[in-house]
Amino acid sequence: MTFRARHLLGIDHLAPPEIVTLLDLAEDYVALNRRTVKHADALEGMTLINMFFENSTRTQASFELAGKRLGADVMNMAVAHSSVKKGETLIDTALTLNAMQPDLLVVRHPHSGAVNLLAEKVNCAVINAGDGRHEHPTQALLDALTIRRAKGRLHRLTVAICGDIANSRVARSNLLLLGKMENRLRLIGPATLMPAGAGEMGVELFEDMREGLKGADVVMMLRLQKERMDGGFIPSEREYFHRFGLDAEKLACAAPDAIVMHPGPMNRGVEIDGTIADDINRSVIQDQVEMGVAVRMAALDLLARNLRAERGRAAAGVMV
Amino acid sequence: MTATLFTNARLIDPEAQTDAPGSLLVQGGVIEAIDAPAPEGATVIDCQGRALAPGIIDWGVKIGEPGERHKESFRSAGLAAAAGGVTTIVARPDTAPPIDTPESLEFVTRRAADAPVNIRHMAALTKAREGREMVEIGFLTDAGAVAFTDGVRQVADTRLLSRCMTYARGLGALIVGHPQDADLSRGAAATSGKFASIYGIPAVSPVAEVIGLDRDLALAQMTGCRWHADQITTARALPALRRARDAGLDVTAGISIHHLTLNEYDIGDYRTFFRFTPPLRSEDDRLAMVQAVADGLIDVIASFHTPQDEESKRLPFEAAAPGAVGLQTLLPAAMRLYHGGGLTLPQLWRAMSLNPARRLGLPGGRLSVGAPADLVLFDPDAPFVLDRFTLLSKSKNTPFDGARMEGRVIGTWVAGRRVFGGEP
Repeated sequence: MTFRARHLLGIDHLAPPEIVTLLDLAEDYVALNRRTVKHADALEGMTLINMFFENSTRTQASFELAGKRLGADVMNMAVAHSSVKKGETLIDTALTLNAMQPDLLVVRHPHSGAVNLLAEKVNCAVINAGDGRHEHPTQALLDALTIRRAKGRLHRLTVAICGDIANSRVARSNLLLLGKMENRLRLIGPATLMPAGAGEMGVELFEDMREGLKGADVVMMLRLQKERMDGGFIPSEREYFHRFGLDAEKLACAAPDAIVMHPGPMNRGVEIDGTIADDINRSVIQDQVEMGVAVRMAALDLLARNLRAERGRAAAGVMV
Repeated sequence: MTATLFTNARLIDPEAQTDAPGSLLVQGGVIEAIDAPAPEGATVIDCQGRALAPGIIDWGVKIGEPGERHKESFRSAGLAAAAGGVTTIVARPDTAPPIDTPESLEFVTRRAADAPVNIRHMAALTKAREGREMVEIGFLTDAGAVAFTDGVRQVADTRLLSRCMTYARGLGALIVGHPQDADLSRGAAATSGKFASIYGIPAVSPVAEVIGLDRDLALAQMTGCRWHADQITTARALPALRRARDAGLDVTAGISIHHLTLNEYDIGDYRTFFRFTPPLRSEDDRLAMVQAVADGLIDVIASFHTPQDEESKRLPFEAAAPGAVGLQTLLPAAMRLYHGGGLTLPQLWRAMSLNPARRLGLPGGRLSVGAPADLVLFDPDAPFVLDRFTLLSKSKNTPFDGARMEGRVIGTWVAGRRVFGGEP
């Protein structure tokens, strides 16, 4: 098995063989999830805590389901509403939870790097479920699995990522993953939503969406993250939709068999036309949600295996 | 006080820009003679060829009194300074409450007696550092304020700043600005570019410094005020500074030792001890700033000593408090520029001692006869690995923890009295 990581903090730390290992295992879980009896015992007896410092419904539900299907005891902590308001620091919250002996900790936090900081302080395996504008590795992995299943491969594809790239951790993790797998990457969006230094990242930049979509195999739309906007990045939603919203006319510029992706939740009529999102011949948005559970099961499984091996070595007194 | 003769020294004279063997005689707290024989009964200190230089004048030190004495007191800062070869601390007024009245200035002046080194104080430029009303610049000057600054809060109201500068000009007072555009800088913890984008850290373009500097230089020209930029850290700001200097404006500029020895990539995996205001820059900028110090366009190097407790730093990068302690690491960090950066010891001491003295009207910074015997004896080559818990500051937030450094202070003297080190 080639998956050595102790935590899953970002795509940055993963080597291509580790990504492939994880996706291959996720395929097994896709099959399991389509059966009527969906239980496996990979996490039997283990405790999984979902710690979300930012509100989330979809990702948290996906992790919860993944943990439960693998037999773990799952607890959800909506930290955004509790101890943080009482002045407890991130590290204290982490130490408190750590003392309850969880085996797997899934964390989302509004600050970049916060999950890395937390991972240094606990002795369980940590999965980053999104930190600020930094990374969201399971999203990139589920996108990769979706692409691989739809396109039959995960390399030498032209992938266009459109929208609020500057504020998007989904875009960062996808750039890293798809870059590692040797794809041709394009970023499309207004200059105010492009990250500084994007020109040095080995990608092509477009402000004209039709131009950027030309011949693309994969069209990845991003949510216009209103809650992250300080204000003033774009003049109006309708102008944004006119220039950067995905509709049938713009999609016609892409390859005839191009797939359309969106990490959700969608703003219909802002970044994507509702009819495109619902077009079962082009949109793989529902597949992404399905792959999300499978990929998270695979990630939890692999980290649990490494954790068991590490504890086994420690119990045997082997120096590591 | 008996005479002390430093023999067999490597004398670093920033005024003459010389670095040569010699001896130095101290009597009555001042430098009595250079290369003179020892008088009867003089204490002789054999420097064994080590460097003897004017004590460092560290311009812009934050001390936690009043308000945050758990982070740093005058006594702890003074001990750290003595151990770091700093003989004069120029303290910042951004305390809680700020030093914005003659009464609060008198309080810190009294408290400063706890420290074994000289302490001078800057005062706030506006009341409560709120940028709305100017302080009593005249009274504060009479009470000993050496300069006026709101610290890292840029005075956003251009009309108020122009009036402060006009008023200060009449009194000959020096205003220290923080030329970083406040709107562009809001919330930023890194310099915008590839690094900050990949790590998802809120960032500001170096252009914020250009904009801030252009405005303040225009006001300095309009008012004729004596003006100093606390930190100029990017190459893009240098042409404006050069033009102002060539036009004969009475303006000077400083930089922190951290911006001369570290770059944005040192932040690495969100290491909060590397969070500064302004943020660390690119390597190209760092190299340009070292050259600007060599050229004399940047006048002053300082530590911008900013003590922070552990809790302020044990946070996600963008939420952590900025700044680092530096009184004890300024000299060894500067040795990186001597050993590998192309700066000479006289050039470094011009920026760390002579220029601050000249600009602030202080007597130190010189190795000439009659100058105060504020001296540092150090071995520029002595290697060590820094352990932050050995620092004498109450706060231990240094980016150099675990770093291999060179340059060890052997002794520090203030007005001829030894304040650090045993026998050399």
